[in-house]
Amino acid sequence: MGRYVIKRLIQGVITVWFIATATFWAMHQVPGDPLSNEKAVTPEIRANLEARYGLDQPPLTQYGIYLKNLLRGDFGISFTQQNREVNDIIREHFPVSATLGILAILFAASGGVLWGALTALYRNRLPDVIIMFLVILFISVPSFVIAALTQLLLVKTNDVLGFSILPVAGWGTFTHMIAPALVLGLGTMAYLTRLMRSSMLEVVNTDYVRTAKAKGLPAARIFTKHQLRNAVLPVITVLGPAIAAITTGGFVVELIFAIPGLGRYFVEAVQQLDYTVIMGTTVFYGAFLVFMVIVVDLVYGFIDPRVRVS
Amino acid sequence: MAEITLDQDPGARPLGQSAFEPIHTQQQAQGLSRPSLSYWQDAWIRLKANRRAIISLWIVVALLAFTLIGPLLWRIDPAAQDVDQVSQSPFASRDALLVAPLEPWDLRALALAPPVTDLTLAEPATTQSVRLHWAQLPGVTGYRIYRNIFPADPDRALGLPLGEYLTPDRVTFEDRLDLKTQTYYYTVIGVTPQGLDRSRLQSLEVTPVRAITRAEAQRKGLLAEGDDVPLGTTLKLKRHPLGTDYLGRDMLARLMEGARVSLFIGICAPLLFVAFGVLYGAIAGFAGGVTDQIMMRVADFVVALPFLLFMILFKIAFGIGPGESGIMPMLIALVLLSWPATARLVRGQILQIREEGYISAAQLLGARTNYLVLRHMIPNTMGVILVTLTFAVPSAIFTEAFLSFIGMGVAPPTPSWGSMSNEGIKTMLSHPHELIFPALFISVTVLAFNLLGDGLRDALDARMRSRE
Amino acid sequence: MSNPDSGTAARHPQVARSGGDFNRQAGLRLLAYAAAGIAALVALMALLSGFGGGSGTAKAIDYERNSITLALRQEPPQMDSTKLTDQVSGMINGHVSEGLLRYDENNQLAPGVAERWEVTETNATFWLREDARWSDGSPITAHDFIFAWRKVLEPANASEYAFFLYPIKNGEAINNGTMAPETLGARALDDRTIEIEFENPIAYFEKLAAYSTYAPIKESFYESTNGRYGADADTMLYSGPFMITRWVHGASMIMERNPHYWNPERISLDRINFAYITSDTNATLNLFKADSIAYTALSTDNLPDALNQRFDMDRFMDGSVFYIGFNYRDGRATQNWHLRRALQLVNDPSELINKVIKIPGYLPGESLFPVWLKGVDGFFRQEYPAPVADRNIAEARREIALAKEQLGVTELPPLMLLSGEDPLSSRMAEYYQELFRRTLGLDVRLDKQIFKQRLAKMTAGDYDMVMAGWGPDFDDPLTFGDLMSSWNLNNRGRYNNPELDRWVRLAQSSLDQQVRMDAFGEIQRILYEDIVVLYQYERGQIYVTNPALKGMVRRAVGPDPDFSNARIVRTDTAG
Repeated sequence: MGRYVIKRLIQGVITVWFIATATFWAMHQVPGDPLSNEKAVTPEIRANLEARYGLDQPPLTQYGIYLKNLLRGDFGISFTQQNREVNDIIREHFPVSATLGILAILFAASGGVLWGALTALYRNRLPDVIIMFLVILFISVPSFVIAALTQLLLVKTNDVLGFSILPVAGWGTFTHMIAPALVLGLGTMAYLTRLMRSSMLEVVNTDYVRTAKAKGLPAARIFTKHQLRNAVLPVITVLGPAIAAITTGGFVVELIFAIPGLGRYFVEAVQQLDYTVIMGTTVFYGAFLVFMVIVVDLVYGFIDPRVRVS
Repeated sequence: MAEITLDQDPGARPLGQSAFEPIHTQQQAQGLSRPSLSYWQDAWIRLKANRRAIISLWIVVALLAFTLIGPLLWRIDPAAQDVDQVSQSPFASRDALLVAPLEPWDLRALALAPPVTDLTLAEPATTQSVRLHWAQLPGVTGYRIYRNIFPADPDRALGLPLGEYLTPDRVTFEDRLDLKTQTYYYTVIGVTPQGLDRSRLQSLEVTPVRAITRAEAQRKGLLAEGDDVPLGTTLKLKRHPLGTDYLGRDMLARLMEGARVSLFIGICAPLLFVAFGVLYGAIAGFAGGVTDQIMMRVADFVVALPFLLFMILFKIAFGIGPGESGIMPMLIALVLLSWPATARLVRGQILQIREEGYISAAQLLGARTNYLVLRHMIPNTMGVILVTLTFAVPSAIFTEAFLSFIGMGVAPPTPSWGSMSNEGIKTMLSHPHELIFPALFISVTVLAFNLLGDGLRDALDARMRSRE
Repeated sequence: MSNPDSGTAARHPQVARSGGDFNRQAGLRLLAYAAAGIAALVALMALLSGFGGGSGTAKAIDYERNSITLALRQEPPQMDSTKLTDQVSGMINGHVSEGLLRYDENNQLAPGVAERWEVTETNATFWLREDARWSDGSPITAHDFIFAWRKVLEPANASEYAFFLYPIKNGEAINNGTMAPETLGARALDDRTIEIEFENPIAYFEKLAAYSTYAPIKESFYESTNGRYGADADTMLYSGPFMITRWVHGASMIMERNPHYWNPERISLDRINFAYITSDTNATLNLFKADSIAYTALSTDNLPDALNQRFDMDRFMDGSVFYIGFNYRDGRATQNWHLRRALQLVNDPSELINKVIKIPGYLPGESLFPVWLKGVDGFFRQEYPAPVADRNIAEARREIALAKEQLGVTELPPLMLLSGEDPLSSRMAEYYQELFRRTLGLDVRLDKQIFKQRLAKMTAGDYDMVMAGWGPDFDDPLTFGDLMSSWNLNNRGRYNNPELDRWVRLAQSSLDQQVRMDAFGEIQRILYEDIVVLYQYERGQIYVTNPALKGMVRRAVGPDPDFSNARIVRTDTAG
């Protein structure tokens, strides 16, 4: 087990190095000039700027400096926010994205299991039809449309009620989190509902459920001990990729709901061609995902003996 | 394990002669009651039984027809703009009055004989222009002119502030701002040193008629060259069944062109990366050993790249030149980032199939590699590949829409459903049709491919076949 | 894009018919789980709500706290006045920092930290007021200004707006590293007197002195921040009526009344809470509708919605001019006068405004000099009316034929139109593409680029036409007038006309307003006759404010919008 973990960690570090390198070279392919601004600057001022960001060095030297700084966990200074370090930016904005992501995942997972189990119980009856219709809707409508419509709905509801039940945008209190987390989790929840439903239906036909019924166990006990527990396993296995998709996929929600998350920051940095922020964010997210996957893999081993790691 | 020998068996009987007689060979052990079915025939039968999948299949066919055949039937140039009919709903009236071209307003006559009435129209109101004048108000230093969609009410908002005059003797106003055939309420209000004099506001209800000049009508093909229909005739404008967009372009034609982009990316990108993934996975699976190890490590690296972040990075790294649509960079970025999933899947399949009993059996019977690949490997992986492909389409379409939403999608004027929805979202309250149609197309396409994928998976699943 | 690969199992095997009893019991159990799950989720949310900080649930107008809530269009990159370049930072800087001079509520120059000043052809002297204080209570001295100016010009500081200080003697040389900072022609005679020596005679130095790049910085504090000056609320000192008390990056910023400000009578608000940072005007209108913010600008797209809501609207012109610039480098078809003339003859700025932009308040572009600029006595544009070309398609086609003849081609090469990525400019680019195609048969290719890539292409000359705009830095026609001079780095199309250059030099060096305005009049004429650019519009804005918020000042030059004089007036309709 220990050897396995170490091996995975070493692989993870190599992967992060790969991501860092890919980002660096992709970044240097980008046409355009991060130092240009609305007003043209004299060659002298420009030279001063280049020296400040080390852009006067040859690319290979820049790469070396970049890797060296990376080892120390230093992502450099932002190009647009000239007096701020990328580390500060990540430290301040990642918790926001992570909070949103965690809530969305929890919401998606619990909702998915709940609705999936419900639809399986009421197979081909009204609740099933309604829920599955909604599921199909949420899977096929682009998330930005759902996000924009949700915001509109909030405005209307608050207007009709005369007071604000949920804020329209912004971040801070936990009422601010509800709407964006719901929107962010909806797609995944719909997908997990489908998964849970088919998984439940498969479990219903298994021998151990039939045996349990034949033994005369109470229905609720069969349901929780035999059906739900076994049906949830496939759902858990897809949570890993789902976490990845959600934490890095929060751009749209962060943009529409004016949430100061790292995703929105990334999009803005790209538009400003802020090299250091783009590279820092990408490498940070990459590393985060790599280690999330390792953690998830290890956790599976504990949950499901069938996939215990070698 | 205990050793069992014949003589130790207590119930053993000595073998007699009868034991060595051949059993009668049965010529007709099982009568084939049904014609023999190939894997694909069988799958097709099961797919046909799945109503949802078949409907989806027809939707996909219809979408392809819409994209490929649609522009042949609906021959309106998707790039043709008509700034007189911007953001028109599908149900707008098509009547237009033939008028003379708009001349600059000659104010000399009015200067000689200043208006003596309250706010009135100087000329009949058309969508070309609304010309107003009013009698000079005593004791004001200027005027503000508003246009509202609600009747004027001194206690409420007066609407769009169209203009502001700083002298009391300017008493005319010409409005040409985005005039539609709807009722407007114009208000002129005097500005005094104390502020707006709301007690003496003048208001006028105006409903412009849609106007078209002869030159415009000829350009649009409503009138033939030299057709001397008199001014004041009512003409019928061309029909826009799905309305027009923010520059007066036909939505239906734009949707067809956008379909080309969205479906091209949605179908070609998956085809390419699945093809590459299959090749890559198959090579790794067959080669095995160190090659396999290295190849799969590379795939692991690519999988670890944060997808959307790298989509955006690659998108700007490739850059879009002038006049380019940016479809190719997006396609390349998608392929570069998406192939490993298929490669892993195919490699897994190949490794699994290699261990199957029927492969060993075939090898024992002297089958060659070619035969094994053609007869066993390909048919047995084809199902999985096909299903992967079908499910990859919706996610590619979503990726395109997402990139368009954050402004990293295809470059204008090329439309895509994603960029059209993005434009539509901004005006979804005032012109909902600009969002509804493209969003609907995205949703229907994604839905159809998802349901088709479900159906295909069920139909192709070997496990289910064995269960029957 | 939140659904991951949906390729895993969903099968529909036969299901044994379960009894209703079983369903009910199982369903109940499920509901119990769900209830527990939701409770846990809510608890977790409450727990996590400590992270990030930000908007809170502030109302647009908070009568009790005498505070207003607003949204920022973007995060200010930093509040270090030596590095300020963007409009949002400039707006905030106008609230928290005060230089020698400032613009008052009537947009006139007013005394700031300097209580009086004297400007001659070669020198300027500023006498600082005794009671001007930093937000830590220490006096604002002449040395603080000198330190800040040297900092701006210090090569290692790489200040982009350093050229604003070039009128001061040796400013340019110091910035280029050829002279020592101590040689700067600005000296503190004592704690309260600054004397400035000019490099060349200059007619508008007072207007420059009101600009943010001239703001003071206290040296000892600056050094104590270790290069993080202005990066956070607590790494800067405030000389203006407000000070930043809380700055959550990307999320919110709170400004509160500066207790040490020398002129407290002019401030009414106790607090300005920028609770949201978003450039999405639909989001800000939604916030305005929800009574969460007190002011928002409207866009082409949400104007009809705001009209439907019956909000009181106001209009304002932000002072900037937009135009299509041409590339005059060798080998570009746009060097040809007849081609430019043809484009001028089909360009109809009023159609652009009325049908594409659709916002009242925009003015059709007729000149590089916007209407608000002052001339000798009145407005420049009234004293020197701009010539206007009417749309004439037949004439334009003849010009195209002439252009082809001169260029010796039968078909003009495709023209690259470079545009920004914001929705409006890409819309306009589409409009122009189709307009030039329909009327002149020109093949215009759109080149939509993100900001920095567009700038890089402009600087490299990789375009034929570019959608550009120019906003004023100071209140003098020269801020627009020298834009097309051959030495101006912002003349990215490399337009070179010795005659125009001569007039610009005259306008720069002369101190006689009549001579200067005549020169600008000549510049305006040359720009029209040589069709140096295609005018589009002077930008306007339609905005809505909460009826209870009064005294907000809009201005074309200087911090805009300015809430420092704003006050809350209780109205019957406002809740």
